[in-house]
Amino acid sequence: MIDFRLDEEYEALRKTVEDFARSEVAPVIGEFYERAEFPYQLVAKMGQMGLFGLPFPESVGGMGGDYFALCLALEELARVDSSVAITLEAGVSLGAMPLYRFGNEEQRQRWLPRLCSGAGLGAFGLTEPGGGSDAGATRTTAKIVDGEWVINGSKAFITNSGTEITELVTVTAVTGEKPNGHKEISAIIVPAGTPGFTVAPKYSKVGWNASDTRELAFADCRVPAENLLGERGRGYAQFLSILDEGRVAIAAVSVGLAQGCIDECLRYVGERETFGNKIGSYQAIQFKIADMEARTHTARLAYYQAAAKMLRGEPFKKEAAIAKLVASNAAMDNSREATQIFGGYGFMNEFPVGRFYRDAKILEVGEGTSEVQRMLISRELGVGA
Amino acid sequence: MTNIVVLVKQVPDTYSERKLAAGDNTLDREAADAVLDEINERAIEEALVIKEANEGEVTVVCVGPDRANDAIRKALSMGADKAVHVSDEALHGADILQTSKVLAKAVGTVEGVDLIIAGNEASDGRGGAVPAVLAELLGLPQLTHARKVTVEGGTVKVERETADEGITHLEASLPALISVNEKINEPRYPSFKGIMAAKKKPVEKLTAADLGLDGEVGLANAASTVLESAPKPPREAGQRVDDEGDGGVKVAEYLASQKLI
Repeated sequence: MIDFRLDEEYEALRKTVEDFARSEVAPVIGEFYERAEFPYQLVAKMGQMGLFGLPFPESVGGMGGDYFALCLALEELARVDSSVAITLEAGVSLGAMPLYRFGNEEQRQRWLPRLCSGAGLGAFGLTEPGGGSDAGATRTTAKIVDGEWVINGSKAFITNSGTEITELVTVTAVTGEKPNGHKEISAIIVPAGTPGFTVAPKYSKVGWNASDTRELAFADCRVPAENLLGERGRGYAQFLSILDEGRVAIAAVSVGLAQGCIDECLRYVGERETFGNKIGSYQAIQFKIADMEARTHTARLAYYQAAAKMLRGEPFKKEAAIAKLVASNAAMDNSREATQIFGGYGFMNEFPVGRFYRDAKILEVGEGTSEVQRMLISRELGVGA
Repeated sequence: MTNIVVLVKQVPDTYSERKLAAGDNTLDREAADAVLDEINERAIEEALVIKEANEGEVTVVCVGPDRANDAIRKALSMGADKAVHVSDEALHGADILQTSKVLAKAVGTVEGVDLIIAGNEASDGRGGAVPAVLAELLGLPQLTHARKVTVEGGTVKVERETADEGITHLEASLPALISVNEKINEPRYPSFKGIMAAKKKPVEKLTAADLGLDGEVGLANAASTVLESAPKPPREAGQRVDDEGDGGVKVAEYLASQKLI
């Protein structure tokens, strides 16, 4: 039968990250969040622990783990804070993974060791101001002129793109037209600091305030022709495969946030009294917490199973979409209930549940909206085909 | 080249409720989550820093029940090279002197030890005597309560820090034993690579009989006996002072009555 226990080494990793999140992240992250400041020291410590190298082999500076190990780490971080979790998620699955998956040996050796160590961060520039999940609406262009790519256009909502340790952004751009008239889209590595590549000041966001998210602009930005990542014209297919994995990772972040809501509420309902009783003695609270637990539990099973299929090399598009859909729902619902249980204190930024509430919303949007997940699920079932 | 032994102990997590077992007043190990004692993590970290600078091998030595294997694994995943685990039902209820004897024998199974590093006291028993007793049994110089350690050639120097004496500077020739306090360093977290590697590192399991200590150890032979124990009384509600313009005076009177001012 199916055995849902974690292997010994995965459980050891989970515990280590749980300990790190509780001891190192929890005491300080509230202040970074308030100031919308990127927590460089925490990221450096995460790097020293090898979290940024989790799914990569040792030959490129990684830890020799896999994507599931990354998901466990993401869940444990997000139990305490989503900004650091998303910094890791984007750094690995959007920054480093495309280079590992599609890069040639020279590109891998040049960039991956520093990205795996967390000393540097990579970003992935896909979304544009005029198009999110409709990636085919790419308007950024790249043309070869005198042996160099000349890039023009802009990108929106790019995580990790403007930190002091950002080393590169992989951008998708229209590089021509295919014989069938469709746009030819390719991915190109743009090192940070390349003339013509500018990052805007950080967005003012509803949540994820201690993470780095920016708009990027390219004006006659020139990079060498060999900075093409993967095959010319395969940019679109490449990032689609990256997004499927990313959905499982976002599901893990969502489950962590949903669990964090439970952790906080369990503590609070045993302390807080109203009308002479601990609020945990009221069925209204008990039922809320039972629902929170049920949602988190089922969402965790969904992402574990999607990750298992991914690691076995089986198709997992539908499972990834389901995991992302139910887990982001669970995060949103749990954070709403948790702030309700905390009452007025739930609306105060000094309590983590308020932060969880603000951080949850984006989970229903990023890496494909919930509507896109439903599209993918029904498409996999052949509905409307 | 410095070969180092680090003493490690599995203790109840300080986050969970700790208590003594009803029957024999020994530690109730089932009542709480068990973890590698944090002060031992610092001892391991110090050993790893010395090893990284001077080369050598780090061996962890642990006396404890089978489940203490988890604490040993953590030490190995941080980067220690191998382990000796003394596990025997006969050791249940061993006191400080017996534990030190067992440790002395166990350390004796490791070849070419230059330095033994211990935490200054475990967070459960808090006896704080094992390092000194062990040093005596092994005939080694003891440099305890170290907040800074330097190993150069055949010499170890430490800054010893205690509440009563302040800071003293000690130096000894190797081999020697040191114990470290919580200011010594910030221990590293194990990486996944370290966790994977730990699975393949050797852990030698020994019994009291293997060490020639059969019949000498355990609760029945302990030099001291815990006669009774009671849980900590619940914290009482504080005394409330209503400020009617004389709050300051009332607080001062209260402090004076407690001989605090």
